[in-house]
Amino acid sequence: MKRREFLRHSAVAAAGLSVVGHPDALHGILSPTAYSPVVGRSDRRALAMRALEAARSAGADYADVRINTNRNQGIQTRERRVTGLSDNVTSGFGVRVLVDGTWGFAASGSATPDEVVRVARQAVAQARANRAAQRQPVELAPTPVEPDGVWRSPIRTDPFDIPIEQKVEYLFGANEAAMGVAGVRFVNSSMFFLREDKFYANSEGTVTDQTIFRTYPTMNVTAVSDDNSDFQSRSSTDIAPMGLGYEHVVDSDMVRLAPRFAEEAVQKLSARSVDPGEYDLVLLPTHLWLTIHEAIAHPTELDRIMGFEANYAGTSFIYPLEEFLGQFRYGPEFMNVVGERSTPGALSTVGWDDEGVRPQDYHIVKDGFLNDLQTTREQALWLEDWYRSQGRETRSHGNSYAQSWADVQFQRMPNINLEPYPDRDVSVDELVEGIDRGIMIDGSGSFSIDQQRYNSQYGGQVFYEIRNGRVTGMLRDVAYQIRTPEFWNAMDLCGGPSTYFLGGAFGDAKGQPAQSNAITHGCPATRHRNVTVINTARSV
Amino acid sequence: MAEQPFMSEEEARRITDRVLSLSQADHCRVNLTSAMDGNTRFARNQMSTSGDITNSNLTVTSAFGQRVASSTTNRFDDASLEQVVRTSEELARLAPEDPEYMGEMGSQTYPNTRGSYYESTAELEPEERARAIAQVTEQAVAEDLISTGFLVHRSGATCVATSEGLFAYGLDSRVNFTTTVRTEDGTGSGWSGTSVNDWNDLNTSELGSIAVQKAIQSREPRDVEPGRWTVVMEPTAVGNMVNLMMNQLAARAADEGRSFFSAPGGGNKIGEQFIDSRVNIHSDPEDPSIYSTPFNNSGLPNRRTIWVRDGTLQELNYDRYWAQHNDREPTGFPSGWYMAGGSDTLEEMIASTERGLLLTRFWYIRSVDPRTILFTGLTRDGTFLIENGRITHPVKNLRWNETPIFMLNNIEMMGAPVRISSGESAGLTPAVVVPPLKVRDFTFTSISDAI
Repeated sequence: MKRREFLRHSAVAAAGLSVVGHPDALHGILSPTAYSPVVGRSDRRALAMRALEAARSAGADYADVRINTNRNQGIQTRERRVTGLSDNVTSGFGVRVLVDGTWGFAASGSATPDEVVRVARQAVAQARANRAAQRQPVELAPTPVEPDGVWRSPIRTDPFDIPIEQKVEYLFGANEAAMGVAGVRFVNSSMFFLREDKFYANSEGTVTDQTIFRTYPTMNVTAVSDDNSDFQSRSSTDIAPMGLGYEHVVDSDMVRLAPRFAEEAVQKLSARSVDPGEYDLVLLPTHLWLTIHEAIAHPTELDRIMGFEANYAGTSFIYPLEEFLGQFRYGPEFMNVVGERSTPGALSTVGWDDEGVRPQDYHIVKDGFLNDLQTTREQALWLEDWYRSQGRETRSHGNSYAQSWADVQFQRMPNINLEPYPDRDVSVDELVEGIDRGIMIDGSGSFSIDQQRYNSQYGGQVFYEIRNGRVTGMLRDVAYQIRTPEFWNAMDLCGGPSTYFLGGAFGDAKGQPAQSNAITHGCPATRHRNVTVINTARSV
Repeated sequence: MAEQPFMSEEEARRITDRVLSLSQADHCRVNLTSAMDGNTRFARNQMSTSGDITNSNLTVTSAFGQRVASSTTNRFDDASLEQVVRTSEELARLAPEDPEYMGEMGSQTYPNTRGSYYESTAELEPEERARAIAQVTEQAVAEDLISTGFLVHRSGATCVATSEGLFAYGLDSRVNFTTTVRTEDGTGSGWSGTSVNDWNDLNTSELGSIAVQKAIQSREPRDVEPGRWTVVMEPTAVGNMVNLMMNQLAARAADEGRSFFSAPGGGNKIGEQFIDSRVNIHSDPEDPSIYSTPFNNSGLPNRRTIWVRDGTLQELNYDRYWAQHNDREPTGFPSGWYMAGGSDTLEEMIASTERGLLLTRFWYIRSVDPRTILFTGLTRDGTFLIENGRITHPVKNLRWNETPIFMLNNIEMMGAPVRISSGESAGLTPAVVVPPLKVRDFTFTSISDAI
């Protein structure tokens, strides 16, 4: 856009449309002025239709448009001080088009009638520029049209309604509780809230309007030895981010948990440094969700399997498909892994994905065997032979996502969960009882995995030694290294429903430009035999 | 200068003046970014997705006494500007007092970095991106290889203005290009990439040729034993490691006893030689090879800073509060950095190695122990065995657990520094210039089957 056009767009951003205040801005501590105006629903529909029409008349065979407003609020503290307090809004739209089987995408922060036309034409022109090199045209699997879909995260309390003072008081309460433990020197804590208003329309007639919330309370406690020669931290990875409202902060019980986090940070200073070797591991679900993320969820992304992410995220050990689908034993018979976007409060849960598809629940691993892969509309067709051989319909699982209006949507993982032991409610004690020499790991820590998802290494928050079926004392400097197929097949038992926990994180990166996804993985505790453990301490 | 696809200085000043005139706070700061981003991805020898994005963001920070908060918007109509000011003010009134808030700064003088903006980059269109990428895909197709990659560019402005009269405006254009070329049988993979400010400096054909050759040469790798190895590290691998140390330069964390740069017994390691005396690292926003923003978010000038001289820690990053607390000048923190090298060539490093590994780049680098800046990661896209002074065959990738501190204490040879693509995601990361190194006793802990 030329400068003059920019000036004009800025000036008419409000004038060109009837701008309405957001209804939620009328509540709570933030006064009516506190929420930037978003484009009203009827205006969004009109703008979307205008963009789709502009794309069509410029030559697009298919087009979709997302008009989003994201509001986030962050509060960061350390000890008795607020180090950051911000409330941010970004709004804009992105138009994606297919021209002769080639994608184009353009986006702008200025959702005006003129700008949606300019950007739609820009997307078509870009697709034309890329078309010359096209060897295999893109096709989309059919999906039902949803003319008027509405969905909202199942929140009880809108986090933006809660007064700032109350949030600060909560964090200070947690910090105080941690600082009360002798040996603790630093505490950082924070809360992050997101509300995303996501309006989607495509040239096939689907229109969806979704309101998505995310809430993430977190803290980190650091203990330093008296002579400054050593420090250890404990992060609150037992408290996952969720697609919920302020009730998740209250339910997280961070103030009550803070002294335990603090005591564990202090204990780590004097814990015994691990002897490297082979150990049986009991992985608590507060830890295991991240191993599932790296060693099951990422390798089963169909775009990376087919080479589309080779320059960054990598490919996958799952290749060629015909040798793996239905053939590859991921783990024992009781191992079932489900992809879904339906668990209430999980981070990937939505009504429709970012190409208007209602997501399915599906078994990625069934009775121990690889059964299915994560797909978008473009990718589902690549599995047509497999689905046909199974008597199944070829359709997208609804796993398309973009982090914002400014980013093109692509395949991102749904909630991917390891199901609890099917036959009975196996307890953590039972997992521990079966071990002579082992380590139990609580909380997620360091993680690293190769670009085909074979070799990975994980730390944790707290490590406990297991001797003769009992947890004895704390260890430190622990990391375990695995090779994915062996690791899951070395799982000889997993916990039952009473050990099940929804873990997760923000900031899962994939794509170029890298886009951040928010992830949930539900899982029970597990037990794995003969895993390589290294000692990570160095003296410099 | 041609018309810009983002806010000019005049326009930025008009908007920041408008925002400051709306402010009722004791202190107010406005941060403005405005940019045009473009990118094209390719995979399986054809374009996959692309994007062209126009956007500006405005952040208002308001303070009443020591009570501070901020709010951001990307809408610039009068109502939205008013609203973002009021939101930050209402939040600030509710915030507890921050004893460390330093107020806003008055007018400053800045390094001249106008040279980091190139019209060649600002005017880049999708057609030209597609042509540059074809230089790679055509080579790959000719060799029956599979090319993937990413070309991304940004041209834009960064601006800071305060109620105390500070106004800073910086222009910048950047390009990053990376490509990974794989063999059809999945047993070989090669990579190359770099970053530039001036589109005319980018030679995708040459980079494509390097990745193609590495893919071919890395076919059917053999196992080697993990353990301590002498390694010849190409500049990208060196930058991946040294970056980890450069991210730990916060003075406060060091003084508080929670950093590698903490001194035992208190204080920090400034003045202490902690790595090989041949290591020298500096930042300089005016140096064309490592252009970076001339000011930080608060408007503090980023100046030439020598971090490491002859292996001795010269400086840490002091923010305004910690500098005052310690009776020092705040340093600013130019994002780019330059590590000086030596006169050895990569070929000489290989020729002098009896048994070692040649490393192209690293992947999935994550912190393991912050006390020693110990990280773990893997080799990727071109790992070769060196025997008796020459490359004998490709080897499987390896996981390492290592710290840049050990690495920079174990240097055997240094080459001429070059600009690299320093981030794992190949985004528009700060300018980093590093030499290739030959290093002994680099610690690998396991083997990876990943190609």
